[in-house]
Amino acid sequence: MTRLRPALFGLALALAPAAALAQSAPAPLIALSCAGCHGPAGAGEGSVPRIAGYDREAFVQSWAAFRANERPASIMNRIARGFNDAEVAELAAYFAGLR
Amino acid sequence: MTRLTRRAFSLAAASAGLTLSAPGIVRAQTTGRLVVIGGGFGGASAARYARIAFPRLEVTLIEPKATFVTCPYGNLLLAGERTLPQITHSYDGLKARGVRVVQDWADGIDATAKTVRLRGGQTVPYDKLILSPGIAIRWNAIEGYNEAAAETLPHAWVPGAGEQTTLLRRQLEALPDGGVVGFAIPPNPFRCPPGPYERISMVASYLKKHKPRAKIIALDAKDAFSKQGLFQDAWNELYPGMIEWVPLNKDGRVTKVDVREKIFETELGTRHKVDVGNVIPPQSAAKIAIDAGLTNETGWVPVNPLTFEAVRARDIHVIGDANIGQVMPKSGYIANSTSKVAVAAAAAALEGRPAPGPTVYFNTCYSHVGDEYGISVVGVFRPTDTGFAETPNSGGVSPRGPLAQQREQRRLEALHADAWYASITKDAFS
Repeated sequence: MTRLRPALFGLALALAPAAALAQSAPAPLIALSCAGCHGPAGAGEGSVPRIAGYDREAFVQSWAAFRANERPASIMNRIARGFNDAEVAELAAYFAGLR
Repeated sequence: MTRLTRRAFSLAAASAGLTLSAPGIVRAQTTGRLVVIGGGFGGASAARYARIAFPRLEVTLIEPKATFVTCPYGNLLLAGERTLPQITHSYDGLKARGVRVVQDWADGIDATAKTVRLRGGQTVPYDKLILSPGIAIRWNAIEGYNEAAAETLPHAWVPGAGEQTTLLRRQLEALPDGGVVGFAIPPNPFRCPPGPYERISMVASYLKKHKPRAKIIALDAKDAFSKQGLFQDAWNELYPGMIEWVPLNKDGRVTKVDVREKIFETELGTRHKVDVGNVIPPQSAAKIAIDAGLTNETGWVPVNPLTFEAVRARDIHVIGDANIGQVMPKSGYIANSTSKVAVAAAAAALEGRPAPGPTVYFNTCYSHVGDEYGISVVGVFRPTDTGFAETPNSGGVSPRGPLAQQREQRRLEALHADAWYASITKDAFS
């Protein structure tokens, strides 16, 4: 999905009918702990990358690479091994949907 | 101070133009009164998350202090690498989200009437209570270590307004080169398992730069500790000959202190004279949890591992260091992670929905052990029938190995630690 630039997104919001203004899907509980390092709503912080808006498939692939120690990592490899495929899919869907 | 009735609050909110997530929704649609006791990592995260995820809940946070000084990064203050304002957070962010912040002591809970009694005399009714009161120090568990003793031999383990940490820092500054810094370290469980060892490391870092002939003696009531191999590798590499760690099985447990002479006495009667002494005392859940009858014989609060509701009282969810979370550590991260699950469970009950299913509780504890040298432990936990279990084959500590081989790993983890601090304090206080 194309990411809207902030200015365009603002315009889209202004023109959208009221119904479309409903908040995005609530965060699944499993995604909330990511905020401890990646910032509230996955916005990123310092050396820890932004994950909001991360492409869904790329998220799943990166996770698999962390889990298999095939991607350089300082701690994500240890974290990745604690989540199963269904959970990773849920995380990927949620963060892909954030702006 | 404003009056504390629901009606008065609604009127005040309306007249103040309080920020609500959906301005069109009137206050009358509130689905319940969620009261949070304690504005630390657990309570602040709970209040913030409740306003974001369940905007129709009326959220009150009861906290006696105007600002919160974090335990994390207090050890960097001891090393002279952070100042008190840098580790102090206000509740303005929560107020802006519509949390009603009541600055007062919660003196007691009536679990039957579902009210909280404030020291100021008022009573605050709740439909669901999130109790995140932290720890109490068990004064006199070490003979001679009482509140007055802490003015000479600081604990610096309950930050308050920062007095204890600042006192220990001043004592370190006044320490003569060649002096001895002593640590008394408690048995499990206690707040922040790697904390004493990060503290030893940060004090060593300061001494190495400013008083290189000083020594550290760490007297421990345990035979093993968090990230032990990594800490001891770092001590050998960065501070050779400076730190002596004495485990329980080598008479490491301090049972008595002589405050005037600054002597730590161990179980078998060995007397260690120190110039600066930091006593990290045995702990329990905070007094309000004990007084409310929520604790068991361990001194901590048993909870339902899915909802964090206290086993001994309905509609009181206990999060943070006060509960029995083992095998999870008593950490700010676990307090933050579990706070959201407790709030979701409380909100579901108030809004007539089924409780959320089992989820994951997550922890990372970074420790700074020297300049550009960070280490971590990761834990991915899940609820079981009786408590909490670590997810097999996951988590664990940073890779070990000589600094020459691990330099980039250590440097990155020190940077990530700083990012973690910024992130989690935003997730609690912004």
